[in-house]
Amino acid sequence: MIIQPHISIQNLNVHIGENHILKNINLDIPDKKVTSLIGPSGCGKTTLLKTMNRLLDRQNDVRVDGKVLVDGENIYDPKVEVTHIRKKMGLLSQRPFPLPMNIYDNIAYGQRIHGNHNKKELDQIVEKYLRGVNLWDEVKDRLKSPATRLSIGQQQRLCLARGLAIEPEIILGDEPTSALDPISTQAIEELFLQLKDKYTIVLVTHILRQARRVSDYIGFVYMGEIIEFGPTEEVLLNPKEKLTQDYVKGFLV
Amino acid sequence: MRKIEENIFKVLMILSTIIISSTLFMILYTIFSKGLGSLSWDMVSKIPEGGFYIGKGGGILNAIVGSVYITIGSTLLGLLISLPIVIYINVYAKRNATLATITRLSYDILFGIPSIVYGAFGFAIMVYMGLKTSLLAGIITVTLMIIPILVRAIDEVVRVVPEDMSNAVFALGGTRYETAKIILRQSIPGIITAILLSFGRAIGDAACVLFTAGFTDSIPTSLDQPAATLPLSIFFQLSSPIKEVQNRAYAAAVILTIIVLAINIVAKIASKNLSKNKI
Repeated sequence: MIIQPHISIQNLNVHIGENHILKNINLDIPDKKVTSLIGPSGCGKTTLLKTMNRLLDRQNDVRVDGKVLVDGENIYDPKVEVTHIRKKMGLLSQRPFPLPMNIYDNIAYGQRIHGNHNKKELDQIVEKYLRGVNLWDEVKDRLKSPATRLSIGQQQRLCLARGLAIEPEIILGDEPTSALDPISTQAIEELFLQLKDKYTIVLVTHILRQARRVSDYIGFVYMGEIIEFGPTEEVLLNPKEKLTQDYVKGFLV
Repeated sequence: MRKIEENIFKVLMILSTIIISSTLFMILYTIFSKGLGSLSWDMVSKIPEGGFYIGKGGGILNAIVGSVYITIGSTLLGLLISLPIVIYINVYAKRNATLATITRLSYDILFGIPSIVYGAFGFAIMVYMGLKTSLLAGIITVTLMIIPILVRAIDEVVRVVPEDMSNAVFALGGTRYETAKIILRQSIPGIITAILLSFGRAIGDAACVLFTAGFTDSIPTSLDQPAATLPLSIFFQLSSPIKEVQNRAYAAAVILTIIVLAINIVAKIASKNLSKNKI
Protein backbone atom coordinates (compact mmCIF):
# COMPACT_ATOMS: atom_id res chain seq x y z
CA MET A 1 0.00 0.00 0.00
CA ILE A 2 2.72 2.43 0.99
CA ILE A 3 5.60 2.25 -1.36
CA GLN A 4 8.23 4.44 0.23
CA PRO A 5 8.24 5.03 3.97
CA HIS A 6 10.25 7.99 5.20
CA ILE A 7 10.03 7.05 8.83
CA SER A 8 9.65 3.44 9.70
CA ILE A 9 8.82 2.51 13.25
CA GLN A 10 9.43 -1.11 14.10
CA ASN A 11 8.42 -2.97 17.24
CA LEU A 12 8.63 0.21 19.30
CA ASN A 13 7.95 -0.08 23.01
CA VAL A 14 8.23 2.87 25.35
CA HIS A 15 8.14 2.63 29.11
CA ILE A 16 8.11 5.68 31.34
CA GLY A 17 8.79 4.48 34.86
CA GLU A 18 6.44 1.55 35.43
CA ASN A 19 4.04 2.58 32.71
CA HIS A 20 4.00 0.93 29.36
CA ILE A 21 3.21 4.00 27.26
CA LEU A 22 3.64 2.71 23.73
CA LYS A 23 2.97 -0.93 22.98
CA ASN A 24 4.64 -2.64 20.08
CA ILE A 25 4.18 0.12 17.55
CA ASN A 26 4.73 -0.69 13.90
CA LEU A 27 4.15 2.22 11.61
CA ASP A 28 5.41 3.42 8.24
CA ILE A 29 5.16 7.14 7.65
CA PRO A 30 4.93 7.73 3.92
CA ASP A 31 7.32 10.12 2.21
CA LYS A 32 6.10 13.60 1.24
CA LYS A 33 2.63 13.09 2.62
CA VAL A 34 0.77 14.42 5.60
CA THR A 35 0.14 11.77 8.22
CA SER A 36 -2.11 12.59 11.15
CA LEU A 37 -2.06 10.77 14.44
CA ILE A 38 -5.41 10.95 16.16
CA GLY A 39 -6.68 9.57 19.40
CA PRO A 40 -8.00 10.54 22.82
CA SER A 41 -5.91 12.56 25.27
CA GLY A 42 -3.23 10.56 26.99
CA CYS A 43 -3.26 7.79 24.41
CA GLY A 44 0.42 8.25 23.65
CA LYS A 45 0.29 10.06 20.35
CA THR A 46 2.50 12.94 21.49
CA THR A 47 4.94 10.44 23.00
CA LEU A 48 4.98 8.65 19.68
CA LEU A 49 5.77 11.92 17.93
CA LYS A 50 8.56 12.67 20.37
CA THR A 51 10.19 9.30 19.77
CA MET A 52 10.68 10.37 16.17
CA ASN A 53 13.13 13.15 17.00
CA ARG A 54 14.32 11.66 20.28
CA LEU A 55 12.97 14.53 22.35
CA LEU A 56 11.73 11.79 24.65
CA ASP A 57 15.33 11.26 25.75
CA ARG A 58 14.97 14.34 27.92
CA GLN A 59 12.46 12.75 30.26
CA ASN A 60 13.19 10.68 33.31
CA ASP A 61 13.02 6.92 33.48
CA VAL A 62 12.30 6.49 29.82
CA ARG A 63 13.07 3.17 28.19
CA VAL A 64 12.75 2.88 24.46
CA ASP A 65 12.96 -0.51 22.77
CA GLY A 66 12.66 -1.15 19.08
CA LYS A 67 13.70 0.78 16.06
CA VAL A 68 12.82 4.06 14.45
CA LEU A 69 14.31 4.22 11.00
CA VAL A 70 14.62 7.57 9.31
CA ASP A 71 15.88 7.24 5.75
CA GLY A 72 16.78 3.71 6.72
CA GLU A 73 18.96 4.78 9.64
CA ASN A 74 17.99 3.66 13.15
CA ILE A 75 17.92 6.85 15.20
CA TYR A 76 18.13 4.89 18.45
CA ASP A 77 21.45 3.39 17.43
CA PRO A 78 23.89 4.45 20.18
CA LYS A 79 26.37 5.59 17.56
CA VAL A 80 23.97 8.10 16.07
CA GLU A 81 24.59 11.80 16.68
CA VAL A 82 21.31 13.05 18.11
CA THR A 83 21.71 16.67 16.97
CA HIS A 84 22.14 15.38 13.43
CA ILE A 85 18.87 13.46 13.69
CA ARG A 86 16.99 16.44 15.02
CA LYS A 87 18.35 18.70 12.31
CA LYS A 88 16.42 16.58 9.83
CA MET A 89 13.15 17.50 11.51
CA GLY A 90 11.35 20.69 12.29
CA LEU A 91 9.11 20.66 15.33
CA LEU A 92 6.01 22.71 15.87
CA SER A 93 4.74 22.58 19.42
CA GLN A 94 1.29 23.24 20.86
CA ARG A 95 2.12 26.80 21.74
CA PRO A 96 4.70 28.80 19.85
CA PHE A 97 7.91 29.44 21.75
CA PRO A 98 9.95 32.06 19.95
CA LEU A 99 13.51 32.23 21.21
CA PRO A 100 14.37 35.26 23.33
CA MET A 101 15.81 37.23 20.44
CA ASN A 102 14.58 39.27 17.51
CA ILE A 103 12.64 37.98 14.51
CA TYR A 104 15.66 37.79 12.23
CA ASP A 105 17.80 35.94 14.77
CA ASN A 106 15.00 33.48 15.47
CA ILE A 107 15.09 32.30 11.86
CA ALA A 108 18.87 32.52 11.55
CA TYR A 109 19.47 30.70 14.83
CA GLY A 110 19.29 27.17 13.46
CA GLN A 111 21.64 27.99 10.61
CA ARG A 112 24.04 29.69 12.98
CA ILE A 113 24.30 26.81 15.44
CA HIS A 114 25.00 24.54 12.50
CA GLY A 115 27.89 26.73 11.51
CA ASN A 116 26.55 29.15 8.89
CA HIS A 117 27.57 32.70 9.74
CA ASN A 118 27.54 34.13 6.24
CA LYS A 119 25.53 37.35 6.55
CA LYS A 120 24.42 37.39 2.93
CA GLU A 121 23.27 33.78 2.93
CA LEU A 122 21.48 34.26 6.23
CA ASP A 123 19.66 37.31 4.87
CA GLN A 124 18.45 35.24 1.95
CA ILE A 125 17.45 32.31 4.13
CA VAL A 126 15.53 34.53 6.55
CA GLU A 127 13.62 36.16 3.70
CA LYS A 128 13.00 32.89 1.91
CA TYR A 129 11.51 31.11 4.91
CA LEU A 130 9.56 34.07 6.19
CA ARG A 131 8.04 34.31 2.72
CA GLY A 132 7.47 30.57 2.84
CA VAL A 133 5.17 30.97 5.80
CA ASN A 134 3.58 34.15 4.45
CA LEU A 135 5.04 36.26 7.22
CA TRP A 136 7.55 38.32 5.27
CA ASP A 137 5.19 41.14 4.30
CA GLU A 138 3.97 41.46 7.86
CA VAL A 139 7.41 41.67 9.49
CA LYS A 140 9.90 42.83 6.86
CA ASP A 141 10.09 46.33 8.39
CA ARG A 142 10.70 45.10 11.91
CA LEU A 143 13.04 42.17 11.62
CA LYS A 144 15.07 43.53 14.52
CA SER A 145 12.17 43.78 16.93
CA PRO A 146 11.52 41.07 19.53
CA ALA A 147 9.74 38.02 18.20
CA THR A 148 7.49 38.09 21.24
CA ARG A 149 5.76 41.24 20.00
CA LEU A 150 4.12 39.22 17.25
CA SER A 151 0.62 37.86 17.66
CA ILE A 152 0.40 34.23 18.69
CA GLY A 153 -0.64 33.18 15.18
CA GLN A 154 2.33 35.03 13.71
CA GLN A 155 4.58 33.47 16.33
CA GLN A 156 3.49 29.99 15.31
CA ARG A 157 4.27 30.76 11.68
CA LEU A 158 7.62 32.18 12.81
CA CYS A 159 8.34 28.94 14.66
CA LEU A 160 7.45 26.97 11.55
CA ALA A 161 9.81 29.16 9.48
CA ARG A 162 12.50 28.72 12.15
CA GLY A 163 12.14 24.95 11.87
CA LEU A 164 12.15 25.03 8.07
CA ALA A 165 15.25 27.22 7.99
CA ILE A 166 17.45 24.34 9.12
CA GLU A 167 16.32 22.63 5.92
CA PRO A 168 14.75 19.53 7.42
CA GLU A 169 13.07 16.72 5.52
CA ILE A 170 10.34 16.14 8.03
CA ILE A 171 7.96 18.41 9.93
CA LEU A 172 6.56 17.19 13.21
CA GLY A 173 3.52 19.03 14.52
CA ASP A 174 2.27 18.46 18.06
CA GLU A 175 -1.24 19.90 17.94
CA PRO A 176 0.26 23.00 16.34
CA THR A 177 -3.03 24.85 16.08
CA SER A 178 -4.50 24.11 19.49
CA ALA A 179 -3.64 27.57 20.86
CA LEU A 180 -4.57 29.49 17.72
CA ASP A 181 -7.68 31.30 16.58
CA PRO A 182 -9.59 29.98 13.54
CA ILE A 183 -7.92 32.34 11.06
CA SER A 184 -4.40 31.52 12.22
CA THR A 185 -5.34 27.85 12.25
CA GLN A 186 -6.45 28.11 8.66
CA ALA A 187 -3.17 29.81 7.74
CA ILE A 188 -1.15 26.99 9.31
CA GLU A 189 -3.28 24.32 7.65
CA GLU A 190 -2.85 25.94 4.26
CA LEU A 191 0.88 26.03 4.83
CA PHE A 192 0.91 22.31 5.54
CA LEU A 193 -0.88 21.66 2.29
CA GLN A 194 1.71 23.75 0.42
CA LEU A 195 4.61 22.18 2.23
CA LYS A 196 3.73 18.54 1.74
CA ASP A 197 5.22 18.57 -1.75
CA LYS A 198 8.63 19.05 -0.20
CA TYR A 199 8.36 17.62 3.29
CA THR A 200 7.06 14.61 5.09
CA ILE A 201 4.64 15.92 7.69
CA VAL A 202 3.52 14.12 10.83
CA LEU A 203 0.75 15.81 12.72
CA VAL A 204 -0.72 15.07 16.11
CA THR A 205 -4.21 16.47 16.28
CA HIS A 206 -7.39 16.31 18.28
CA ILE A 207 -9.44 17.85 15.57
CA LEU A 208 -10.83 15.24 13.22
CA ARG A 209 -11.94 17.85 10.72
CA GLN A 210 -8.42 19.18 10.61
CA ALA A 211 -7.06 15.70 10.12
CA ARG A 212 -9.45 15.26 7.21
CA ARG A 213 -8.63 18.64 5.68
CA VAL A 214 -4.87 18.30 5.68
CA SER A 215 -3.83 14.70 5.88
CA ASP A 216 -3.36 11.91 3.37
CA TYR A 217 -3.04 9.21 6.00
CA ILE A 218 -4.38 8.79 9.49
CA GLY A 219 -3.16 6.63 12.32
CA PHE A 220 -5.55 6.04 15.19
CA VAL A 221 -3.77 5.61 18.50
CA TYR A 222 -5.54 4.20 21.52
CA MET A 223 -4.05 3.21 24.87
CA GLY A 224 -0.55 3.19 23.43
CA GLU A 225 -1.34 1.07 20.43
CA ILE A 226 -1.84 1.81 16.77
CA ILE A 227 -5.37 0.55 16.24
CA GLU A 228 -5.75 1.47 12.63
CA PHE A 229 -3.71 3.11 9.93
CA GLY A 230 -4.75 3.99 6.41
CA PRO A 231 -5.76 6.67 3.94
CA THR A 232 -7.67 9.54 5.56
CA GLU A 233 -11.09 8.95 4.08
CA GLU A 234 -10.96 5.26 4.76
CA VAL A 235 -10.11 5.62 8.42
CA LEU A 236 -12.58 8.42 9.03
CA LEU A 237 -15.48 7.20 6.93
CA ASN A 238 -15.08 3.44 6.83
CA PRO A 239 -13.11 2.44 9.89
CA LYS A 240 -12.48 -1.27 10.11
CA GLU A 241 -11.85 -1.52 13.82
CA LYS A 242 -14.55 -1.21 16.45
CA LEU A 243 -12.46 1.21 18.56
CA THR A 244 -11.88 3.52 15.62
CA GLN A 245 -15.56 3.40 14.78
CA ASP A 246 -16.42 4.50 18.30
CA TYR A 247 -13.88 7.29 18.23
CA VAL A 248 -14.83 8.76 14.87
CA LYS A 249 -18.55 8.23 15.40
CA GLY A 250 -18.98 11.86 16.41
CA PHE A 251 -17.37 12.85 13.17
CA LEU A 252 -19.70 10.81 11.02
CA VAL A 253 -22.96 12.29 12.25
CA MET B 1 -20.89 38.72 58.27
CA ARG B 2 -18.70 37.87 55.26
CA LYS B 3 -18.44 41.56 54.64
CA ILE B 4 -16.98 42.09 58.12
CA GLU B 5 -14.51 39.25 57.60
CA GLU B 6 -13.46 40.83 54.34
CA ASN B 7 -12.97 44.19 56.00
CA ILE B 8 -10.94 42.79 58.89
CA PHE B 9 -8.53 41.17 56.46
CA LYS B 10 -8.38 44.29 54.37
CA VAL B 11 -7.37 46.32 57.43
CA LEU B 12 -4.78 43.70 58.41
CA MET B 13 -3.28 43.73 54.94
CA ILE B 14 -3.10 47.50 54.84
CA LEU B 15 -1.53 47.56 58.32
CA SER B 16 1.16 45.08 57.33
CA THR B 17 1.93 47.10 54.23
CA ILE B 18 2.22 50.25 56.30
CA ILE B 19 4.49 48.54 58.86
CA ILE B 20 6.89 47.23 56.23
CA SER B 21 7.13 50.45 54.27
CA SER B 22 7.34 52.66 57.35
CA THR B 23 10.16 50.46 58.67
CA LEU B 24 12.08 51.18 55.48
CA PHE B 25 11.49 54.91 55.85
CA MET B 26 12.38 54.85 59.53
CA ILE B 27 15.68 53.11 58.80
CA LEU B 28 16.45 55.58 56.05
CA TYR B 29 15.38 58.48 58.26
CA THR B 30 17.50 57.33 61.21
CA ILE B 31 20.72 56.84 59.31
CA PHE B 32 20.25 59.92 57.15
CA SER B 33 19.31 62.25 60.01
CA LYS B 34 22.19 61.05 62.16
CA GLY B 35 24.68 60.55 59.37
CA LEU B 36 24.16 63.38 56.91
CA GLY B 37 25.65 65.93 59.36
CA SER B 38 28.93 64.03 59.49
CA LEU B 39 28.97 63.16 55.81
CA SER B 40 31.65 65.18 54.12
CA TRP B 41 33.90 64.92 51.12
CA ASP B 42 36.70 63.93 53.50
CA MET B 43 34.66 60.90 54.60
CA VAL B 44 34.62 59.38 51.14
CA SER B 45 37.95 60.59 49.82
CA LYS B 46 40.40 60.05 52.68
CA ILE B 47 41.67 57.12 54.63
CA PRO B 48 41.59 57.33 58.44
CA GLU B 49 44.23 59.56 59.94
CA GLY B 50 45.89 58.67 63.22
CA GLY B 51 43.33 58.91 65.99
CA PHE B 52 40.37 58.69 63.59
CA TYR B 53 38.49 56.48 66.02
CA ILE B 54 38.85 59.01 68.83
CA GLY B 55 37.51 61.88 66.79
CA LYS B 56 40.48 62.99 64.69
CA GLY B 57 40.22 63.66 60.94
CA GLY B 58 40.21 61.40 57.96
CA GLY B 59 37.63 59.27 56.18
CA ILE B 60 36.61 55.75 55.40
CA LEU B 61 37.85 55.41 51.84
CA ASN B 62 39.74 52.29 52.97
CA ALA B 63 36.47 50.61 53.95
CA ILE B 64 34.61 51.74 50.83
CA VAL B 65 37.31 50.42 48.54
CA GLY B 66 37.70 47.25 50.57
CA SER B 67 33.97 46.53 50.50
CA VAL B 68 33.71 47.22 46.78
CA TYR B 69 36.69 44.93 46.04
CA ILE B 70 35.34 42.11 48.16
CA THR B 71 31.78 42.43 46.90
CA ILE B 72 32.63 42.65 43.21
CA GLY B 73 35.27 39.97 43.53
CA SER B 74 33.02 37.54 45.32
CA THR B 75 29.98 38.24 43.13
CA LEU B 76 31.99 37.54 39.97
CA LEU B 77 33.63 34.48 41.47
CA GLY B 78 30.26 33.36 42.82
CA LEU B 79 28.59 33.70 39.41
CA LEU B 80 31.42 31.81 37.78
CA ILE B 81 30.71 28.89 40.08
CA SER B 82 26.91 29.20 40.36
CA LEU B 83 26.02 29.37 36.67
CA PRO B 84 27.63 26.01 35.82
CA ILE B 85 25.87 24.46 38.82
CA VAL B 86 22.49 25.75 37.70
CA ILE B 87 23.09 24.73 34.09
CA TYR B 88 24.16 21.29 35.19
CA ILE B 89 21.18 20.58 37.41
CA ASN B 90 18.68 22.01 34.94
CA VAL B 91 19.97 21.13 31.49
CA TYR B 92 22.53 18.36 31.73
CA ALA B 93 21.24 16.22 34.57
CA LYS B 94 17.84 14.72 33.99
CA ARG B 95 15.19 16.03 36.28
CA ASN B 96 15.29 14.30 39.69
CA ALA B 97 18.67 12.78 38.95
CA THR B 98 20.40 11.88 42.20
CA LEU B 99 23.23 14.36 41.82
CA ALA B 100 20.81 17.19 41.03
CA THR B 101 18.69 16.34 44.07
CA ILE B 102 21.76 16.22 46.32
CA THR B 103 22.92 19.56 44.92
CA ARG B 104 19.56 21.21 45.54
CA LEU B 105 19.42 19.80 49.07
CA SER B 106 22.97 20.99 49.82
CA TYR B 107 22.49 24.54 48.74
CA ASP B 108 19.17 24.72 50.57
CA ILE B 109 21.03 23.77 53.75
CA LEU B 110 23.97 26.05 52.97
CA PHE B 111 21.50 28.86 52.36
CA GLY B 112 20.36 28.65 55.96
CA ILE B 113 23.81 28.63 57.55
CA PRO B 114 24.51 31.90 59.38
CA SER B 115 27.31 34.03 57.99
CA ILE B 116 29.36 33.84 61.19
CA VAL B 117 29.71 30.10 60.54
CA TYR B 118 31.07 30.89 57.08
CA GLY B 119 33.40 33.35 58.76
CA ALA B 120 34.63 30.71 61.19
CA PHE B 121 34.95 28.16 58.38
CA GLY B 122 36.88 30.64 56.22
CA PHE B 123 39.11 31.36 59.19
CA ALA B 124 39.80 27.66 59.73
CA ILE B 125 40.75 27.21 56.08
CA MET B 126 42.97 30.27 56.30
CA VAL B 127 44.79 28.93 59.31
CA TYR B 128 45.11 25.53 57.69
CA MET B 129 46.59 27.01 54.53
CA GLY B 130 48.78 29.38 56.46
CA LEU B 131 47.17 32.52 55.05
CA LYS B 132 46.99 35.81 56.90
CA THR B 133 43.85 37.90 57.02
CA SER B 134 43.67 39.23 53.49
CA LEU B 135 41.48 40.51 50.69
CA LEU B 136 41.70 37.08 49.05
CA ALA B 137 40.57 35.25 52.16
CA GLY B 138 37.68 37.72 52.50
CA ILE B 139 36.64 37.25 48.88
CA ILE B 140 36.74 33.47 49.17
CA THR B 141 34.69 33.38 52.35
CA VAL B 142 32.09 35.82 51.06
CA THR B 143 31.93 33.83 47.81
CA LEU B 144 31.19 30.67 49.79
CA MET B 145 28.42 32.51 51.58
CA ILE B 146 26.73 33.91 48.46
CA ILE B 147 26.97 30.85 46.20
CA PRO B 148 23.89 29.25 47.80
CA ILE B 149 22.02 32.55 47.38
CA LEU B 150 23.01 32.80 43.74
CA VAL B 151 22.36 29.15 42.92
CA ARG B 152 19.02 29.11 44.66
CA ALA B 153 17.78 32.34 43.10
CA ILE B 154 19.00 31.49 39.60
CA ASP B 155 17.77 27.91 39.82
CA GLU B 156 14.37 29.29 40.75
CA VAL B 157 14.12 31.38 37.57
CA VAL B 158 15.76 28.85 35.27
CA ARG B 159 13.38 26.14 36.41
CA VAL B 160 10.35 28.13 35.27
CA VAL B 161 11.63 28.47 31.70
CA PRO B 162 9.10 26.35 29.81
CA GLU B 163 10.21 22.86 28.82
CA ASP B 164 8.96 23.63 25.32
CA MET B 165 11.48 26.45 25.01
CA SER B 166 14.39 24.07 25.53
CA ASN B 167 12.69 21.49 23.34
CA ALA B 168 12.50 24.10 20.58
CA VAL B 169 16.28 24.49 20.66
CA PHE B 170 16.85 20.74 20.86
CA ALA B 171 14.48 20.23 17.95
CA LEU B 172 16.58 22.61 15.87
CA GLY B 173 19.53 20.34 16.50
CA GLY B 174 20.95 22.38 19.33
CA THR B 175 23.33 20.87 21.83
CA ARG B 176 22.71 21.06 25.56
CA TYR B 177 25.22 23.88 25.82
CA GLU B 178 23.39 25.91 23.16
CA THR B 179 20.12 25.21 24.92
CA ALA B 180 21.61 26.38 28.21
CA LYS B 181 22.62 29.67 26.61
CA ILE B 182 19.07 30.28 25.40
CA ILE B 183 17.67 29.39 28.81
CA LEU B 184 20.06 31.80 30.52
CA ARG B 185 19.18 34.52 28.05
CA GLN B 186 15.53 33.95 28.81
CA SER B 187 16.32 34.22 32.53
CA ILE B 188 18.37 37.43 32.47
CA PRO B 189 16.03 39.53 34.65
CA GLY B 190 15.95 36.80 37.27
CA ILE B 191 19.71 36.38 37.15
CA ILE B 192 20.15 40.09 37.72
CA THR B 193 17.83 39.93 40.70
CA ALA B 194 19.93 37.08 42.03
CA ILE B 195 23.11 39.11 41.56
CA LEU B 196 21.49 42.02 43.41
CA LEU B 197 20.46 39.80 46.28
CA SER B 198 23.92 38.38 46.68
CA PHE B 199 25.55 41.77 46.17
CA GLY B 200 23.46 43.19 48.99
CA ARG B 201 24.34 40.30 51.26
CA ALA B 202 28.02 40.45 50.35
CA ILE B 203 28.46 44.16 50.89
CA GLY B 204 26.48 44.22 54.12
CA ASP B 205 27.87 41.19 55.88
CA ALA B 206 30.24 41.79 58.76
CA ALA B 207 30.59 38.31 60.22
CA CYS B 208 32.15 36.74 57.12
CA VAL B 209 34.90 39.31 56.79
CA LEU B 210 35.56 39.78 60.51
CA PHE B 211 38.19 37.04 60.78
CA THR B 212 39.10 36.68 57.14
CA ALA B 213 39.57 40.05 55.51
CA GLY B 214 40.66 41.69 58.75
CA PHE B 215 40.71 45.43 59.17
CA THR B 216 43.22 48.03 58.23
CA ASP B 217 43.44 51.76 57.78
CA SER B 218 45.13 51.52 54.41
CA ILE B 219 43.76 50.61 51.03
CA PRO B 220 44.78 47.11 49.91
CA THR B 221 46.98 47.08 46.82
CA SER B 222 47.19 43.34 46.40
CA LEU B 223 45.15 40.24 47.22
CA ASP B 224 47.31 39.19 50.13
CA GLN B 225 46.86 42.40 52.10
CA PRO B 226 44.12 42.80 54.67
CA ALA B 227 41.15 44.93 53.68
CA ALA B 228 38.72 47.06 55.65
CA THR B 229 34.99 46.78 54.98
CA LEU B 230 32.08 49.13 55.52
CA PRO B 231 30.10 46.99 57.99
CA LEU B 232 33.18 46.57 60.20
CA SER B 233 34.00 50.25 59.86
CA ILE B 234 30.48 51.05 61.05
CA PHE B 235 30.85 48.57 63.88
CA PHE B 236 34.17 50.02 65.11
CA GLN B 237 32.96 53.60 64.93
CA LEU B 238 29.65 52.86 66.57
CA SER B 239 31.38 51.14 69.49
CA SER B 240 33.31 54.31 70.21
CA PRO B 241 32.12 56.29 73.24
CA ILE B 242 32.69 59.56 71.37
CA LYS B 243 29.54 61.08 69.91
CA GLU B 244 31.32 62.49 66.88
CA VAL B 245 32.70 59.10 65.91
CA GLN B 246 29.32 57.48 66.42
CA ASN B 247 27.77 59.97 64.04
CA ARG B 248 30.41 59.11 61.49
CA ALA B 249 29.24 55.51 61.78
CA TYR B 250 25.83 56.66 60.56
CA ALA B 251 27.48 58.57 57.76
CA ALA B 252 29.21 55.33 56.78
CA ALA B 253 25.82 53.62 56.88
CA VAL B 254 24.49 56.29 54.52
CA ILE B 255 27.33 55.58 52.11
CA LEU B 256 26.67 51.83 52.29
CA THR B 257 22.96 52.39 51.64
CA ILE B 258 23.66 54.70 48.71
CA ILE B 259 25.99 52.16 47.11
CA VAL B 260 23.34 49.43 47.42
CA LEU B 261 20.61 51.72 46.06
CA ALA B 262 22.77 52.82 43.14
CA ILE B 263 23.59 49.23 42.21
CA ASN B 264 19.88 48.39 42.41
CA ILE B 265 18.91 51.18 40.06
CA VAL B 266 21.66 50.41 37.55
CA ALA B 267 20.71 46.74 37.60
CA LYS B 268 17.02 47.49 37.07
CA ILE B 269 17.85 49.58 34.01
CA ALA B 270 20.26 46.97 32.69
CA SER B 271 17.72 44.22 33.20
CA LYS B 272 15.08 46.17 31.32
CA ASN B 273 17.34 46.70 28.34
CA LEU B 274 18.64 43.15 28.30
CA SER B 275 15.27 41.46 28.61
CA LYS B 276 13.36 43.14 25.83
CA ASN B 277 13.40 39.93 23.80
CA LYS B 278 12.07 37.78 26.60
CA ILE B 279 8.77 35.95 26.29
